[in-house]
Amino acid sequence: MSKMTLTTEGDRHVLVTRHFAAPPAAVYRAHIEPELIQQWMLGPDGWTMPVCVSDPRPGGAIRFEWTDGKGAGFYLTGEYLELQPHSRIVHVERMFLPDPTPDNHVETTFAPNGNGTLMTMRMTLPDSQTRAAMLATGMEHGMEASYVRLETTVLA
Amino acid sequence: MKRLRPPSLDHAFAALADPTRRAILSRLTRGEATVMQLAQPFSMTQPAISRHLKVLEHAGLIVRRAEGTKRHCRLAQHGIAAVDQWLSTLRAALETNYNRLDQVLAAMPAEPPKHIERNKQR
Repeated sequence: MSKMTLTTEGDRHVLVTRHFAAPPAAVYRAHIEPELIQQWMLGPDGWTMPVCVSDPRPGGAIRFEWTDGKGAGFYLTGEYLELQPHSRIVHVERMFLPDPTPDNHVETTFAPNGNGTLMTMRMTLPDSQTRAAMLATGMEHGMEASYVRLETTVLA
Repeated sequence: MKRLRPPSLDHAFAALADPTRRAILSRLTRGEATVMQLAQPFSMTQPAISRHLKVLEHAGLIVRRAEGTKRHCRLAQHGIAAVDQWLSTLRAALETNYNRLDQVLAAMPAEPPKHIERNKQR
């Protein structure tokens, strides 16, 4: 049962929210500790992250490399900008596909929510075209069309 | 009925980057409309609206048809579906990640116990 939402905001933002049945400290750790990141931030089944650099301090480096084990792969680099332990991470990232995408500025917050955590990830792209391109990145499988969903995501 | 070629997603997303065009599409999700009806909520001339409609049509997001002197617009199901598919897949990729994260979190050692009252009557 998914509790995730993905919406656009204004021309340059993408907002993702998700509830987790774990305290903010744990969800926060899972976002910055390499041995934890490597267990979940993998995209489609079959992909792994053999390289995971995460240096969680202002100015600290981020580098994630993914592979499908069959010769395909891509990577992401970034830098941490601000960290408030267990409640907020601000970082910037760009994908190399292999050309770099424009910087995606990401603020992730973790708030106590019932017995768990509400994570809110707010991405800010340099302009609306970049956001449009980002939303189109890496997606290939279709699902049933829904005007309602379109209206609440793309058109909101 | 005319069969449409698959539209370019680049064109579609470029067309969606404009707030007026998103508003036009939003209106069209409620059904077909004439150019005049579409122009009404905006403080824009009909030619200005027509330019936006042309972009949307070129991007494969709407279909226009003439009926007498009136021009009607409606969503192009094919183009809208293509855009929606991209979004659905991004959503699916994130959901896959977060479902995995649920399991990672479940396997993490619990935090030091807090004062939580538990009803253990059985």
